[in-house]
This record gives sequence, structure tokens and C-alpha cells, in this order.
Amino acid sequence: MRSSDLYTRKFHVSEFLAEKLIAATAFLSFAVIILIFVFVFREALPIFSSSEPATHDEAVQEEVETYGEEALGEASQLRAAEEKERRAGSIEHVEGNASLRNLLSTDWQPVSGEPKFGLLPLIVGSLKVSLIAILLAAPLAILAALYTSTFAPKRVKEILKPAIEILAGFPSVVIGFFALIVLATFVQDLFGTMYRLNAFVGGVALSLAVIPIVYTIAEDAIAAVPKSMTEASLALGATSWQTALFVTLPAATPGIFAAVLLGVGRAFGETMIVLMATGNAALMTFNVTDPVRTMSATIGAEMAEVVFGDTHYNVLFLIGSILFIFTFTLNAVAEFYIRRRLLRKFRGG
Amino acid sequence: MRNAPWLGTLTVVGSGAAALTIILLVVVVMANILIGGWDTLSWEFLSAAPTEGMTAGGVFPAIVGTFLRVILMSIVGVPIGAITAIYLSEYASQRSIFARFIRFAVNTLAGVPAIVFGLFGLGFFIQFVGGGMDRAFGDGVELRWAQPNLLWASLTMALMTLPVVIVSVEEAMRNVPRELREASLALGASRWQTVYKVVLPNSITGLLTGGVLAVSRGAGEVAPILFTGAAYFLPHLPNSLSDQFMELGYHIYVMSTQSPDVEATMGIQYATTLVLLLLTFSLNFAAVYLRYRMRKRAIA
Amino acid sequence: MTTSMDETRIRTEGLNLFYGPKQALKSVSVDLKKSRVTALIGPSGCGKSTFLRALNRMNDLIDDVHVEGKVLIEGVDIYDPKVDVVELRKRVGMIFQKSNPFPKSIYENVAYGPRINGVNDRSKLDEMVERSLRQAALWDEVKDDLTKSGLALSGGQQQRLCIARAMAVNPEILLMDEPASALDPIATAKIEELIYQLKSTYTIVIVTHNMQQAARVSDDTAFFYLGELIEMDETKKMFTAPSKKQTEDYVTGRFG
Repeated sequence: MRSSDLYTRKFHVSEFLAEKLIAATAFLSFAVIILIFVFVFREALPIFSSSEPATHDEAVQEEVETYGEEALGEASQLRAAEEKERRAGSIEHVEGNASLRNLLSTDWQPVSGEPKFGLLPLIVGSLKVSLIAILLAAPLAILAALYTSTFAPKRVKEILKPAIEILAGFPSVVIGFFALIVLATFVQDLFGTMYRLNAFVGGVALSLAVIPIVYTIAEDAIAAVPKSMTEASLALGATSWQTALFVTLPAATPGIFAAVLLGVGRAFGETMIVLMATGNAALMTFNVTDPVRTMSATIGAEMAEVVFGDTHYNVLFLIGSILFIFTFTLNAVAEFYIRRRLLRKFRGG
Repeated sequence: MRNAPWLGTLTVVGSGAAALTIILLVVVVMANILIGGWDTLSWEFLSAAPTEGMTAGGVFPAIVGTFLRVILMSIVGVPIGAITAIYLSEYASQRSIFARFIRFAVNTLAGVPAIVFGLFGLGFFIQFVGGGMDRAFGDGVELRWAQPNLLWASLTMALMTLPVVIVSVEEAMRNVPRELREASLALGASRWQTVYKVVLPNSITGLLTGGVLAVSRGAGEVAPILFTGAAYFLPHLPNSLSDQFMELGYHIYVMSTQSPDVEATMGIQYATTLVLLLLTFSLNFAAVYLRYRMRKRAIA
Repeated sequence: MTTSMDETRIRTEGLNLFYGPKQALKSVSVDLKKSRVTALIGPSGCGKSTFLRALNRMNDLIDDVHVEGKVLIEGVDIYDPKVDVVELRKRVGMIFQKSNPFPKSIYENVAYGPRINGVNDRSKLDEMVERSLRQAALWDEVKDDLTKSGLALSGGQQQRLCIARAMAVNPEILLMDEPASALDPIATAKIEELIYQLKSTYTIVIVTHNMQQAARVSDDTAFFYLGELIEMDETKKMFTAPSKKQTEDYVTGRFG
């Protein structure tokens, strides 16, 4: 009788291991997000735990409490770094004071005799460049997406889509290089701006990196509008442009909104393009033809030269944390909109 | 206004013009770099090291560095990405909270700025892991692992390109018909046997596409390696994981922004940019081709 | 009924099955006997396919499925947590509505089952492949191109390949979910002929939409309606003198 051995459920070791291993590996993505949170914030933390430069030990204490044993090593390393500086002696190193007032000031002079860590010009810089980029990229990308999915003849579509994929594949350093060498000169010749490298040049260059993102997601959103909807409109005698403008586009709005949000996120976090094309002067102005220094470019330019563990280093990590939180929030909101659109799609609404 | 003919014309012409503008932009950038770099590009340029304080010679070490980095990155990132995709597509129930967390994490990861990955590489890999390794194995004086190097740069890059791999492989797996899984399970194959013998062989193209896209993205991204391993100039090629390395994108950045005489090296800058562009292009074309084949097969 | 208890191979007792809040099977109790072909008939969505898939736990693959009651195969409750579902499915083979050969060679399709059971000896595999293909009445048509892709076969051949593949793992029971619904009449006739030949060796349960097919191939017929088993009896009786009005309406084509 074979039936009795149905009961002897075998313990499949390899099956069990495979499943656990796969789940554990999948968990890694989640763990990395947590680790990014922890390790980027942790290097920014000393700013908040010490308002006086002399109380570095206090900051160390704080860390020990928060992170347990592994922080002990970190602490000793911090001490070692301080020790080394003291021994070096020859250069009088001034520990910066990163009080809230200093952080909220309008001067970013991290390596002067009295370091100033005012984040405002950097934040304004990032916002300014991102705004220029998205104002240029979003209309172009959304219109092009509308064109591809509603009006374009098949032949044009077959050129347009690969062209955008090519643009998406441009390394940002290549766009930065193009902006630095060609675009900057072109813009200066055209408008006679005082500075070759400025917020406008950076924004234009950045829009090249933002266009593919907005285009892809907007196109996706437009293509996801149920055919029944557009067909209903056409059957009522509406022309294809009326359908596109008054039916398709409104129906795709949440997806397009998400596309713009993700575009802003990309613009805000992009480093190489702005590092190479904006002139990197931390000016607190709202003039688009002034040079500008963004948050990401500041990290990119200065991190390689700071002393590990000092205030400047911590402030750069603080800027990174702000970037992370900002893009994280944008992504979460965008995802909410995309999901809602998908849900509606599945409900057939 | 809703039936004004001018509005119709404006819509069609306007959106067409937008599309045309984008194509033109792509063409202009490509043409500029192609023309600017063509004359300098030569076999010697590809195979020689920079000479005379980087004002002459080639970019061989930077090419080697880029290759080493993307290879290391793929060795780590592609398997992790593929396994995560297997989990999401084959193991996780669509309603499980755990799977939703992971999906959210993957989407978030895709949106984290490259420079933040760089900070993470510095804070986690170099300071925390590297520092720990030095304390455990080192002599306490010399820094070996707690400094920027090839390994940490590659690992940072691997994490950054993880979503690219996951999304691509998962798409390929979802294209494998459910009927094939059912056939296998109904024959008494276990879940893992089904994945290994039926699902994976039928999503190899997706795996390749994911790998190629990740490599392409990784090869072009400079921000995360600015302070996790790239070097301005090195007299010799890296020969261990704890060495720094030269790199094409970083090379372009420093040559065009930090060299004393930018004009003198313009040809080299353009040619280096062209090399990087050609490299990422050929990779992207390969990915587009693979994906096209995959989708065609999924429809058939 | 003419058959005695110990000829029962599959018995369900008060089987309820839910997809989320929706009940797809309502207290189904039935005996399916050895060496007989049982046809499951009923209108679309009546639960006959769900019932079939409950017999080798293929419903487990769907999120949110919840089963109450018992399914006994040779006296063993297959929903008992101690039961090895992989082992169960080896015992209870399944043929699907849409033929689903793997994108591999004919040979590898049939060898798939033996291989996952650890058979790697080439001559043994050869023997199993030939025997299964002969049983499925496909051997003569494909013996010269066993390396050809299974997808290159015609629809009817593909379905027989799937039957051969299922038989290569030596099941005792074969579940068939509308195996001929996508086939032309000639291919259908071949499948029906095959079912007739196989019933001496296997217990066969077949879901069909086609009344004539049920009448032709089965010994017993069960009629499902809205998740309930309305009536089950010998096929001859079901089609000539059913005891329930609903059954009569259905088999005479008054609804469904």
C-alpha cells in the first residue's frame, strides 16, 4: 500500500534552505534602506549632540548609547582622528561650531578661519536649479509623451522611443561635460550673462537628465488610460486631439504628477551635472544667471577633502540626510499616486 | 474653445515640436562629442597610460579601472538582484507585508541620489566595515581597508544598481506563463525545482538584460565613487581590492574641472567622454535588443 | 450503487472551499472509484474545475484559498498538515485545459518528472520516455524526432505529450481539466480513445463542457451547480434517467 507513505512528510533540507536563503537575500534591499538611514544620519548626528566644539566627548558618549558595541570602535576612531590633528599641530585647525544659528545662516564658508555652515544658500541653490530643470523638462517630456502615445505615426514612434532611451543612458558626467564646454559658452553668447557657469546653464543641463524619467512615466500613465474611455470619446465624434486633451490627459493626471515628482527628485539629487555646470559659488540670490552651489555638489566637491569626524564632515552628512529625506518623501508620494492610478485601472474606472 | 481648430493644431504641432526638440538635443550632444573626440581617439589612446602630467597619452588605466569596478559590481549585485526578483515573483504572496516592504524598499532604493550612496559607502563600508576589518586584522597603525578602494566603490555601486537588476529580472519572470509553473508543480516538482528548472531557464534573457543595464548605469555613474575609491592619477594599475583605481567618468570630471590647463587637454577630454559614451551605448543597445527579443517571445 | 466501499479511491467529505470570502464549493461529498472514469459536468463557474484542483491541492498556489472538510485519497486526508504535497502531486497527475509543454525537447518534457525524482541514468530514462509516449499513443508519431521542441507539435500531439509527461511519474490518479476543449474533432477523438485505454491502469477524473464527451468517455458522471454537487451516478443513468430536475434540464440542454 503506497498511500501510507503520503503521511511521512519528508523534510526537504535543500527546499527549506533555498526558501530561507531567498527570503533573506530579498530582505537585503530593505536592510540597505535601513542601513542608509542609520549610517548617513549617524555621521550627521554629532552636530545635534554638541553645540560647543569642546564637547566632542559627549557626542561620543551619545553614540555609544545609541549604537551599542560597534560604536565603540567608531568612537576610538574619532578620538584617533582628533589625536592625529592635535599632534599635527602645525596648522591651527579650528573646530567649527555647527549650532542651529550657524546652520541657518546665509554663509557657506566651511574652511575659513571661522567656519560658517549656513545651509540656506545650498538649499536655495538646489531648489533653484531643480526648478529650472523641471520647468524646462516637464512640459517637453509630457508633450512628447502625449505625442508618442496619441498622434505619432508608427515610424516616428520607432525613432522617438529609442532616442529617449539613449538620452536616459547618457552618463551624467557626459551631460555635465557637454554643459561645461559647449552649453555654457552658447548660453553666454546668446544672453550675454556675466558668468559662464550659472544656475540657468546647470538647470538646462539637468533637464536633459530629467526628461527621460518624466517622459517614461508620463508615457506609461497615458498608455494606461483604458482604451474604452478614448474609444467612447472618439465614438461621440470627438477628434483625436480633443480626446487627447480632454479625456486622455485628465485621466492620466495622477501618473503624470508622479512623473513630475520623480523628475524633481532626480534633479534634486543629481550631482555630477550641477557640480560641473553651475559655477559652485554659494551665493544666496534668486537671480538665475548667478553661479550657484547645490547641496549635492557641495558634498561631491568637499567630501574628499574633509577631515573624517570633524564638524565640516558631519555637516556634509547632514546635507546628505536632507537630500535623502527629501527624495525619499518625493518617492513615497509619487508611488502613492502611481499605485492609486493602477488601482483605478484595475477597477476599470 | 473646445472645438477651436487652432487649439487642435496647437496641440498636435506643439507636442510634435516637443518630441522633435528632444530628438534634436540627443543628436546635438552626441554629434558634439563624436566630432570633438574622433580625432584624438586611436588605438594608442585606448592602450596607453596618461603621460606628461596627464596632458598627453591615453586612458588605459581608466578603462581598466572602469571594467574592474563594473565586473566586481556585477559579481555581487546581479545574483542578489536576481534572487530578490525570484523572491518577489515566485515566493512572496502578493499580499504579504514582508513582500510589500521589500517592494517599497526597492522603489525607494531606485530613487536614492547617487551621492547619498557615496556617503553611505563612506560611512558604512569604509568607516564601519573597513574600520572594523583594520582593527581586527591590521596592525593598528596603517589603514588598509578603512580608506577608499576598489572593493568599497564596487560594493556601493552594486547596491545602487540593485533595483535595475531586480526590476528587469522580475519582469522576465512574470513573462513566464503560469501554465508552465503549474505543469511542473503538478508533476510533483517542488517550488525550488520549478524555479530552477522552469522559471529561471525561461528568464535568462531578462537576467542578461538586467545585468547589462546595471553595468551600463554603473559604468556611467561617478558621484558614488568620488570619495569611495576613484583616484585622480595612479602610476600603476590596481592589483588588489584595497587599491584605489582610475576611472573614465572620474577622469572626465577632473580633467575638465581641475586640470591647470583645460584648453590644452580638450582633445583628451572629448576622446575620454566619447569612450565612456560608446561604452554605455553599446551596453544599452545590447539591453534594448535583449529586451525586445524577450518581449517578442513573451507575446508569441 | 453497485460498487463497494473498498473500491473507493478518492472520497471527499463535506468539502468547502473559499476564495477569500467567496465560497466556491459547498459541502461536496463524493466517492470516486478505481479503474473508472468520472466526468464532472456543469455550467461555467459551477466549481467543477475548482473541485478537480482541490484533489491535488493545486489551489494551494492561489493566495487566500481556504479549505474545510476532508479529501481522502486511499483513506489519507490530503489536507492533513503531515501530508507532503509534493509527494501527493506525484501520485495525482494533472492534465490542463491548455496544453502546456515546457519549451524543451519532446524527450526532456517526458523526462522532466523522472529527473526531478533523481533518475539520471540515461538508459533508464530512455525506457521511461518510450513507455510513457507509447502509453500516450504518441510514440509512433514522434520516435524519430525526440529532440524536436515539444512546442513544434500540433495541438493534439502537445496534449498527448502532456499526458505522457504526467504518466512518466507513475501516478495512480489522472485529473484532466477539459483536456480536449482546444482541440479539433480528430485530435479530440484520439484523446478520448486514449482515456478509454488508460482507465484500466488509472483512476481518471475529467472535467468537460461537452455532454457528448462525458457520455462517450465516462463511467460515472457528477453534476455540479453553483458550487454544489447536485447529483452523481453512473453515466448511463445520469443521461437517461437522472433523479434530479436540475440535472435533467442541464443534460438535455435546457440551460448552461
